[in-house]
This record gives sequence, C-alpha cells and structure tokens, in this order.
Amino acid sequence: MIELQKVCRTFTVGDQQVAALRDIDLKLDAGEYISIMGPSGSGKSTMLNMLGLLDRPSSGSYLLDGGNVTELNDEQQARVRREKIGFVFQSFHLVPRLTAAQNVELPMILASIPAEERKARVQVLMQNYGLSDRADHKPDQLSGGQRQRVAIARATVMNPTVLLADEPTGNLDRNTGWEVLKLLEGLLENGITLVVVTHDAEIGARAQRQIHMLDGRIVSDESTQNEPK
Amino acid sequence: MKLADTIQFASGSLRGSPTRTLLMMLAMSIGVAAVVVLTALGEGARRYVIDQFSSLGTNLVIVLPGRTETAGIGPGLMSGQTPREITLEDAQALLRSHAVKRFAPLTVGSATLSRDALNREVVVLGSTSDLLEVRHMGIALGRFLPAGDINDATPVCVLGNQMKRELFGNEQAVGQWVRLGDRRFRVIGVLASQGESMGMRTDELVIIPVAAAHQLFNTSGLFRVLIEAKSRDAIEQVVHDAEAIMTERHGGERDVTVITQDAVLQTFDRILTALTMAVGGIAAISLAVAGVLIMNVMLIAVAQRIKEIGLLKALGAPGKQIRHLFFAEAVLLSGIGSVAGLVLGYTGSFIIGQVYPMLPVSPPWWAVLAATMTALGTGILFSVWPARRAAKLDPVAALAGK
Repeated sequence: MIELQKVCRTFTVGDQQVAALRDIDLKLDAGEYISIMGPSGSGKSTMLNMLGLLDRPSSGSYLLDGGNVTELNDEQQARVRREKIGFVFQSFHLVPRLTAAQNVELPMILASIPAEERKARVQVLMQNYGLSDRADHKPDQLSGGQRQRVAIARATVMNPTVLLADEPTGNLDRNTGWEVLKLLEGLLENGITLVVVTHDAEIGARAQRQIHMLDGRIVSDESTQNEPK
Repeated sequence: MKLADTIQFASGSLRGSPTRTLLMMLAMSIGVAAVVVLTALGEGARRYVIDQFSSLGTNLVIVLPGRTETAGIGPGLMSGQTPREITLEDAQALLRSHAVKRFAPLTVGSATLSRDALNREVVVLGSTSDLLEVRHMGIALGRFLPAGDINDATPVCVLGNQMKRELFGNEQAVGQWVRLGDRRFRVIGVLASQGESMGMRTDELVIIPVAAAHQLFNTSGLFRVLIEAKSRDAIEQVVHDAEAIMTERHGGERDVTVITQDAVLQTFDRILTALTMAVGGIAAISLAVAGVLIMNVMLIAVAQRIKEIGLLKALGAPGKQIRHLFFAEAVLLSGIGSVAGLVLGYTGSFIIGQVYPMLPVSPPWWAVLAATMTALGTGILFSVWPARRAAKLDPVAALAGK
C-alpha cells in the first residue's frame, strides 16, 4: 500500500548537489513492522520524511493506497498527513505551553473534530497510555518516558494507517526506551504499519523487516520471522 | 480547523508570551488613545468657537450699506456717487419678508457721557427693543429699551456694565439722569456683563433708541441692520428677500451687502475640522509605528516558534491554516489593543474635560472609527508577511529548528 518508485532526493548545499536518496524502490504492506537502519547521513531520516510527506522527491513517485501523492498540492498533502500518518520524534516535539491532554488533542483540532468528541477520545487514550493523572501537566512537568507516551498518543489519536517513528528512544534511558518501544509495537495489533528509524541495531532487530541504508541507497532488505518480544 | 479553535489557539500563543503581548498591546493602545484624545481636543476647540459665535445670536443675517464687490468696479464708482444709506423705513420694509422673525437697526457713534463732574467718551448704539433678543444680550438691572414706535426719540438709555460702575459706583443708577453730548437721558437699565463679542465690548456701551441716536448724531442712515431669521432654513430666504427689498427701495440698485453669520461660522467650522483631522492624522502615524512593531514581533515569533510550526505541519496543518493562526494573533493583538486604547482615550478626554470645563471635549465618532480601523488595518497588514513566511516554512527544516 506504500510504494516508492525510483525516488531521488537531492539537496543543494552551496553550489554542490548532494543526493540524500538515490533511486529508491520500496514497497511496504499494511500492518508491516519495518526498521530502517544505517549510519548518520545514510538518508534514513530523509526516507522517513519522504514517507511522511514532509519532503517531496526530486524525481520518482510515491504511491499511497494506490494514489500518487507526489502530485497533490500542499492542502491535499496536509490532509493525507492528518488522516493517514502519525509521527513520533526523537525530541518529542510537544508544544510547551499546552498541557499533555491539549497536545494530544491538537491533531483533532486541526481536523475540525467537534470539541466533545475530542475530549472523549483524549480521555480514552490518556487512560490507555497510563497518563490520566498527568493530563493537565505541561510537558516540562513530565518525565521523558511520559512525554514520549504523550507524543505517541498524539500520533495515534487520528487512527493513522502508518506510524513513522524517528529514533523514538533516542532521548530516553534504556528501560524507558523499551517501554516506549513496546507501546509502539502494541499498535501493530490494530493493523497499523510501523516504521522505526534507528541507528541502534538491537532495536532495529526487533522488526520483522529490516532495511539497511548507506549513501542514499538501500543496501539490504531482510525479512525475519521473529515475533516482537 | 474551526474558527473558534483558531482563535483559541492564537490567544493561547499570545498568553504563552505575556510580556511581549502586553507591550504590543500597549503600543497599539497608545496609538489609538492618541488619536482619540487629540481629535477630541480639536473637536472641543471647534465646538467652543462655534458656541461662542452662536452666543452672538442665532440665525443672524446682517445688512450693511454699500456693496462689497470681490471683482470689477463697484456701482458707486460707475455712477459717481457714494452708496445710498439704509434708512429706518428701509429697515422696517424688511419685515415684509415672511422669513424674518425680528430685526434690530443699528446706528453707531461716539459721544461724551457725563454725570455731574464725571465724564467719559463712549460708543453709543442706537437701536430698538428687539436688539436684546437678536443679539442675545442680558439685562442686569431695570429694563431694556421700550417697545413702541421706531421713530420715537424717547430720551432713555441702557448702560453697559462698566459704564454704570464708572459713573455710579455702587449707587442706584436706574432712574437717574445722565448727559450724552448735549442731551439728557434717563437711565432705565444696566446690561449684564457679557465680555467681548464681535469686536465690541458691550460692557462699555450705551444704548439709546435709534431715533434718539439719529437726532444726537444728526444722521438718518443706519450702520447695520441685524435680522433674525425664523429658522436656520429660512436664512437663505432672508438673504434673498433682503436684497430684493433693498434693491426695490433703492431704485433698482443693489447697493447693500448682506452677510450671514452662518457663512462666517462655516468658514471657522471648515478650518477647525481640517485642523482636527490633521492632528488626528499625525496621531495615526503612531498607529502605523505600532503596526511595524507588530510585524517585527511577529517575525520574531515565527523564528521562535519555528519548531511548533514544523510540528503543526507534520500533524497535518496546511500552509493556509498556519497563515490563519498568525493572522488571528495579529487581529487579536490589534483588536484588544484598540479597545484598550479607546478606553484610555475616552478616560483621557474625560479628564481633560474636567480640567478645562469650558472646552466641550468629546472624540468625534469618525475619529474613533478611523482609529479603530487603522489599528486593525495596520495590525492585519503588517502580519501578512510574517504569516506568509511561517506558512511557507519547510516542515523538515522547521522541525529541526533551522
């Protein structure tokens, strides 16, 4: 349901052309658990941004659910992001002046969902993620693990089909990181497609499908049968 | 995104940096308050002058002998004679016009006013009982000239307030006799103190019946005829009728000049309104400065909240929505700022009104409207660029804070 065809992305740095992605062909099926690994500068973050429609390919095309999304305009792409894609970032990216609950509510505000429905959905999610007693706290009153859980709640509140996580455990200690990862993997039961970008081989190895990147190319794409632990 | 949510989100971001928000609102409100207070002052001055003018009499039309031409050669020169004078009969004929409510003929001269050993040179005004009403004069003691035949040269006089004091001090004046030139007059009244108006101090006048004045100065012509029109709308009719009647009585020659108090008033009105607008305009510049300030702070806000903008885009906000959010912030800022400015301005005007009670200070509605509109306008105008800038940010770079 996600298909990249000959996708290239080049940046102009000074007067030099730097290729971040070179002729990427990739097909992801619904419900897959994919990890993208590689050293920094290998293009894995660009790949994630590409999948999340935050970046446009310099050439090639991106098909999402059969439709070519590279041809959509800004407003239509924003709609796709809103309805089908969830993001989890390494540095959480919570809005500091909003409470945990308000941060979770944000995507639904952008989607013009009525206030009562927003409240109900936020409440359910906060409960599921064990954040009920933290709902009215500002991000700076939360621990790192709690912040990332709020971020995950925000990423899933619109029931997206794809969840893109960029080093979701990067700013967390080991134990908290595992907890967050388990939370993300739990979403697979609902049929979500989970893409995790990491440079941590141990984390990457948990995915059934592991993609290694180097210099903007996919160097290996292996599927293992191991179930998430 | 719904409008209510947009406004709530924008006001949330404003509350997120209270100092910045307060300073911007302060700049905006000072601008609006400046416009309101300065135009209120200008408008107050205008109304003060007009009130002063109106106190001379209402709906006044003045007829004076001789034709003042603004161009060409006057009729006097053409025919080789001085303009014919306006007689009492001419003045009475003016009553034929239905638009005339009442009139007062005026003869002016100077004579020596004396009582026993005291004497003084005074301006003598010859008129009729109607002068009191036409010129809005007041009587302090006794009564004004008696009504009756305009040709009766009754030897009575009404003294100006200062004349009474100089000649009689604290003594009883009404009923006493004074001497004007070579004639004796009985004092029947004293004018209320009025101060200066139309270049004549009524306090230093002596008023006698017009017929008596003619005898005293040995003339038959009038200095002026003051006419009170029946209403403001009737003024034009009076001017027309007065010219027609005078022309007819003077053998088809238009040798009088008719001026209206309204014309003089309107000139003052125009000058002072222009002044008020100019002062308001200068104050409006401070509003434009506040607008530039808003733009500057908005640009800083875009830079400061670059990650938030990136996040909103990642969460599915199109550029348009980002633009609306910043736009809403600007509208809220300038809106609340102008309301605060209006409160400030009205309070300031009220205080000025208390300090200078004779000045009728109140901001004109058009200035209040213009100030509010300018505040909102500049706020919105100067937020367009920052908002567009925010909307065009590349989400990836914005999330990275670049």
